[in-house]
Amino acid sequence: MARRTFDIRAQPGFGFMALLTFFALYLPIAALVAYSFNAAESLSRWDGLSLRWFASAWNNSTVQDAAIRSLVLAVWAATLATIVATMAALATTRTRPYPGLTFKYAFINQPLMVPEIVTAVALLIVFSRIKVWTGYSGMGYLILAHTAFCIPFAYLPIRGRLEDMDLTMERAAADLYATPWKTFRYVTLPLLRPAIIAGFMLAFVISLDDVVITEFVKSGGQDTLPTYMLGQLRRETSPEINAIATVFLALSVLLVTVFFFVNRRKT
Amino acid sequence: MGCCVPETPGKNAIEVREVRKVFGAGEAQVVALETVSVSIRENEFFTLLGPSGCGKTTLLRLIAGFDFPTAGQIMLYGEDIAPLPPFKRPVNTVFQSYALFPHMSVAQNIGFGLEMLGKPKSEIKARVAEMLKLVRMEALANRRTSQISGGQQQRVALARALAPQPKVLLLDEPLSALDYKLRKEMQIELKRLQSETGITFIFVTHDQEEALTMSDRIAVMSSGKILQVGTPHDIYDRPAERFVADFIGETNFLKAEVVGQTNGRATVKLSSGVEIPASLPAGFSPAGKVTIVIRPEHAHLAGANDKASLSGVVENVVYLGTDTHFHLRLDDGDAFIVRQQNSRGGGDLVAQGSRAGILIGSDAAQVLKD
Repeated sequence: MARRTFDIRAQPGFGFMALLTFFALYLPIAALVAYSFNAAESLSRWDGLSLRWFASAWNNSTVQDAAIRSLVLAVWAATLATIVATMAALATTRTRPYPGLTFKYAFINQPLMVPEIVTAVALLIVFSRIKVWTGYSGMGYLILAHTAFCIPFAYLPIRGRLEDMDLTMERAAADLYATPWKTFRYVTLPLLRPAIIAGFMLAFVISLDDVVITEFVKSGGQDTLPTYMLGQLRRETSPEINAIATVFLALSVLLVTVFFFVNRRKT
Repeated sequence: MGCCVPETPGKNAIEVREVRKVFGAGEAQVVALETVSVSIRENEFFTLLGPSGCGKTTLLRLIAGFDFPTAGQIMLYGEDIAPLPPFKRPVNTVFQSYALFPHMSVAQNIGFGLEMLGKPKSEIKARVAEMLKLVRMEALANRRTSQISGGQQQRVALARALAPQPKVLLLDEPLSALDYKLRKEMQIELKRLQSETGITFIFVTHDQEEALTMSDRIAVMSSGKILQVGTPHDIYDRPAERFVADFIGETNFLKAEVVGQTNGRATVKLSSGVEIPASLPAGFSPAGKVTIVIRPEHAHLAGANDKASLSGVVENVVYLGTDTHFHLRLDDGDAFIVRQQNSRGGGDLVAQGSRAGILIGSDAAQVLKD
């Protein structure tokens, strides 16, 4: 036999399954992208190629407003989450293993395990109380909530890099008269930079994409792009939504690609 | 003997005083260093030699400050540095993995220590240039450390550790990653650097040959203890313990009995009944049964009918080009190896299977403590 018997690709039906999976994953997205270029008002008709829905979304002040809010929120949340995640990663890797360390990993990664809807309801209850007490109803709540669930996404790549990083680098710096702060500043941080950028971008995308928690936490007039889209879909399906979704998709693909290259260059 | 070491020892750069290091606690406790004391002289090339797990790297790390002793003091020119963090100790380390900073150029790596010490830019520049010249790396000053070969990385690591002019340089098996030829070159290079800079070197290795060729003095370590400290000659010719004799070079161990002693020398009776002179370890005066060692090249073959110290049957003759090893089975059943240098036209007098006698020189035998 020319082929290796245990090669999964040699199994009967492999090609079929692969195609089916690809279709299931990408056909809906392809349809969405295609329809975003549809000139017609309705989703049920194809009137030829057009960019009118992109233009229409671009000129819609509510969309502009939501898009800017989404970006501002994502920048804040990703920045704060990356700072916290970097500190947490240092604290959990630059130490001797001790009982309870695994528990700390779990604690930091809690947002990955608790169902999002549970966190959303919990935040709704707590924040509404705080809103009453303080009278403050600004973006702070959204930024806090987003920061919290972005932390594990920023934490994982940074911790991964720190674990791979030889401790002798930091030892060498200390041996060459660098204080702990200078060691961090001139050796650990530069070596960690790719992982920090990667963590930031992951967190950014995750924040940009969030619906559930945002929907529960936001005050009136605090729609982000995803919650705006959800609201629109409840009433009538405007093709504008398709155009916004396509732009979203393009942005995410771009960020993931950059993430990939930033990470690869280091290894 | 002692050709390279001044007979009058200078002052001590490092004094390790009753240092003990225990890792872990309770059940999982591991004693990495039993209570050890050793003095390392100024300008000395001092080697810590031993198999892996003997505590040599632990001792080096305690001097560097990457770990702190459980008990004891480490004096650097009279000041106890044991409680200080590494960045407050005027000692530098050359790491086994080199640990060069990959995000910096060769020159930036070398200048790092001086920069951290807050030296003025002009001084750093001059000193880096000087170091690059010392390790012959001027042409590669602006390269990334990933763009240079292993041997070159080794030189950069040395230059980086020497640049801040440490009082003591610590070297943790720095040659082990290099291939044989490069290692030989670097051995000579290290000796040159040590004599040119006049800095005290503490070198850790498990390679006995490396230790013998490079060191002014060697400390042989095993199981967290320092067994013997001495010049390469002392260690090789006068091993005090079985481990030292066995770890360094090839050795014949013989059972013998002490029959007399006068000032550091003993007369021992071999199993053949012949009495020969033997040296005693300092401060050791045994009686009765002892083990003695004789290096294979310090014994000679003679005819079986000669008045030999020992005699036996030649079981194997191994020709090695420069010399020949004769593996003998002595009359009492012990094995004994004699090494003889080959000369052209000398002919090999002793054939396999024949009986032969062994002559032992008057200064060839050494009594062991254990």
